[in-house]
Amino acid sequence: MPMSQTIDFIIDGVEVSARPGQTILQAADEAGIYIPRLCAHKDLVPHGSCRICTVLVNGRPQSACTQPVAPGIVVQNDIEKLNNVRRNILDMLFVEGNHYCMFCEKSGNCELQALAYRFGIMAPKFPYQFPARDVDASHPDIYIDRNRCILCARCIRASRDLDGKHVFEFVGRGPEKRVAVNAEARLADTDVDVTDKALSICPVGALMRKRQGYADPIGRRRYDHQPIGSDIEAKRSATG
Amino acid sequence: MSENWQTMVKDVCARCGNDRTRMMDIVRLVQQECGCVSGEAMDLIARQVDTHRVEVESVVSFYAFLSNRPKGKIVIRLCNDVIDEMFGARRVAQAFEQQLGIEFGQTTPDGLISLEHTPCIGMCDQAPAALVNDVVVTYLSRDKVGDIVSTLKSDPDPRKLVHKLGDGNNASELVQSMVHNNIRRKGPVIFDPLPNGEALKRCLALSPAEVIRDVKTARLRGRGGAGFPTGMKWEFARAAAGAKKFVICNADEGEPGTFKDRVLLTERADMLFEGMTIAGYAIGSDTGILYLRGEYAYLRAFLEDVLHQRRNAGLLGKAVCGKQGFDFDIRIQMGAGAYICGEETALISSCEGLRGDPKNRPPFPAQKGYLERPTIVNNVETFCCVTRILDRGPAWFAEKGSKGSPGTKLLSVCGDCKQPGVYEVLFGITLAELLKMVGAEDAKAVQVGGPSGQLVGPSDYQRTICYDDLATGGSIMVFGPNRDILPLVDKFMEFFIEETCGYCTPCRVGNVLLRQKLQEIMAGKGEAADLDYLEDLGQSIVTASRCGLGQTSANPILTSLKNFRGEYTSRLIEPEKGMKPTFDIQAAVREAAAIAGRGPAHS
Repeated sequence: MPMSQTIDFIIDGVEVSARPGQTILQAADEAGIYIPRLCAHKDLVPHGSCRICTVLVNGRPQSACTQPVAPGIVVQNDIEKLNNVRRNILDMLFVEGNHYCMFCEKSGNCELQALAYRFGIMAPKFPYQFPARDVDASHPDIYIDRNRCILCARCIRASRDLDGKHVFEFVGRGPEKRVAVNAEARLADTDVDVTDKALSICPVGALMRKRQGYADPIGRRRYDHQPIGSDIEAKRSATG
Repeated sequence: MSENWQTMVKDVCARCGNDRTRMMDIVRLVQQECGCVSGEAMDLIARQVDTHRVEVESVVSFYAFLSNRPKGKIVIRLCNDVIDEMFGARRVAQAFEQQLGIEFGQTTPDGLISLEHTPCIGMCDQAPAALVNDVVVTYLSRDKVGDIVSTLKSDPDPRKLVHKLGDGNNASELVQSMVHNNIRRKGPVIFDPLPNGEALKRCLALSPAEVIRDVKTARLRGRGGAGFPTGMKWEFARAAAGAKKFVICNADEGEPGTFKDRVLLTERADMLFEGMTIAGYAIGSDTGILYLRGEYAYLRAFLEDVLHQRRNAGLLGKAVCGKQGFDFDIRIQMGAGAYICGEETALISSCEGLRGDPKNRPPFPAQKGYLERPTIVNNVETFCCVTRILDRGPAWFAEKGSKGSPGTKLLSVCGDCKQPGVYEVLFGITLAELLKMVGAEDAKAVQVGGPSGQLVGPSDYQRTICYDDLATGGSIMVFGPNRDILPLVDKFMEFFIEETCGYCTPCRVGNVLLRQKLQEIMAGKGEAADLDYLEDLGQSIVTASRCGLGQTSANPILTSLKNFRGEYTSRLIEPEKGMKPTFDIQAAVREAAAIAGRGPAHS
């Protein structure tokens, strides 16, 4: 298949041209159509776990971050049925962990929080689960706060694929699933380094560098002025 | 001592070729030898197979039968599924706790016996049942617990618990089990006599394309429940690029209430292996894998022996039946207690020595499956059907059953019926006919297809069992007139919460929330709006979950809400005056959000 060939399909009524091998999410991003997502990241292989990016492809639910484009498909994204599902999933993530936004260092730069604002969530409708989760502050420069972890696997993938290490991995199953480190218990006993790419890729405040909290004053944080996804949508309004 | 231990781990790794993809075998063997896979063992295994310790931990922590902490020499795993509890499993559990002086999850101070619960072990027709290490103990009652405990204390060999052997091959030297087949009705496809090797010889006289054509002409659909056309799956795999391809049999029968594969593995192993061999020829594969659930470990030696005999008879190995260029052999991969591994891509992950996480699709297994090679995964019963199709011809098969669902179906029937057991029936049988056959005409409800299927009541008893109406992988659970529905639903939700892999959000979190709300309603604290809450949350789980487990995990709630709504509404309360169940937080904060400049971007 020549690389110049394009695959044409439709998202929310808009005709989009994609390259072979792209996912629906990648093609939508380039076309300036924002499909909400959490576990997906442009530098990482797709994981398909948060399910926020669920779209309907010819009426069937698929995760846009893993589903390849195909000619002629009709993708529904910004529709109430799906936005309701997304609000429910966001709610689930909030109540599953312990997310204390008001004093979290990530506040204003947090993708989970930003998505909640975008979807108009002021408080989850599901009951808080208040799980007992641990904090690993053993490392001099880095800490893990599992209270805020949403199990998106970004750190796992980044450490493996971008840093060439294997500092993180999931252990446990189901509701007991958590991110563990490649050591008996402590992050300090791994080969993690403060310069690792894995450390800057966490969408929430679960994996953080020490002594850098609240660096951006309110008003200069990433999502203080525009909802998450505005950068992607700006491409479309710029091109017409 | 510690040196011996290290030598043993190294030896186990070496026996598995120091191959990381054989991790399931490695950790199972280490656990067998040491009673657990300790942190030190994980470190050593990781070094031997050139992986990371946390990867080993990731696998060990995923499977219910593996542990990083020492357990008793004997582990008693009492089945606590719906059916076992209906037949007294809770009383049996109390008796074990009293006799042993420990609670479930604990080990006796002398390190002899651990007590655990486990979901369905495939013995619902002889419940309550338990696994004592690998030994199955059936028809438990409170009275028998004293004997069991004293027998184990005097001789810690669980085989001593088997006093009377079951029927058929359960009594054979290599099984020696008290399990009964309970075959209640024999049909023409599965249980008619079958000369060994004849179907395979017919197959080898055809071209692979002709074999696939026959399977397609027979219109065989997968017997695991999803009903994908088998011939089409094989055609994809045959057409897929690559010289190395795999045939996998899914014998991870874990849907609560089903046990028909247990009977097939016991009585129709040759038919199964012959079907796998035919599949190997059809798709161009030389390797088959039988993924056997950990609960059926008691059948392993027997199955290995069947494979051995087939090799001796020239039905497996180099040049099968003298056919030059067609080599095929089968190995057994043991599971270790994970329902999710019945999902075909999770099963492949497990075979690869990973956590039993389902994989993203596409690519589909027929393109990129086991070790990224084209792979077909079929159910035990599907392979048995293939053998019969080659034996009698596709036309014979296609005219049986109903229009869209040719052939017969094995049903595992259990619960409140006179004759629990395995029934081979023609597709298209009505539920009413089946209930009459099993002695359960007064049934209040029937769970068709296990917890992931649907709960139906008498108004649906004229519906038929087939792919286009009431589809089932084989599980039929019958609930009599006096059963309370919501506690059953609660048990099913408990099951999914126990067995979800936790990969995706809706299934991992949503089911916990569903069950909490259900329990509020059961406790008389629910109001009418809570039924909408259940529907909405349940639909989100169905829509957004990543695999078949998640997509069906809300079914116990959703189908009981549909078919037994009265069981919910009769428990609801009227909210107090002045309290609004329909309170809309969005509306309440809209103004404040607008002032803060954070209103919904797309309202």
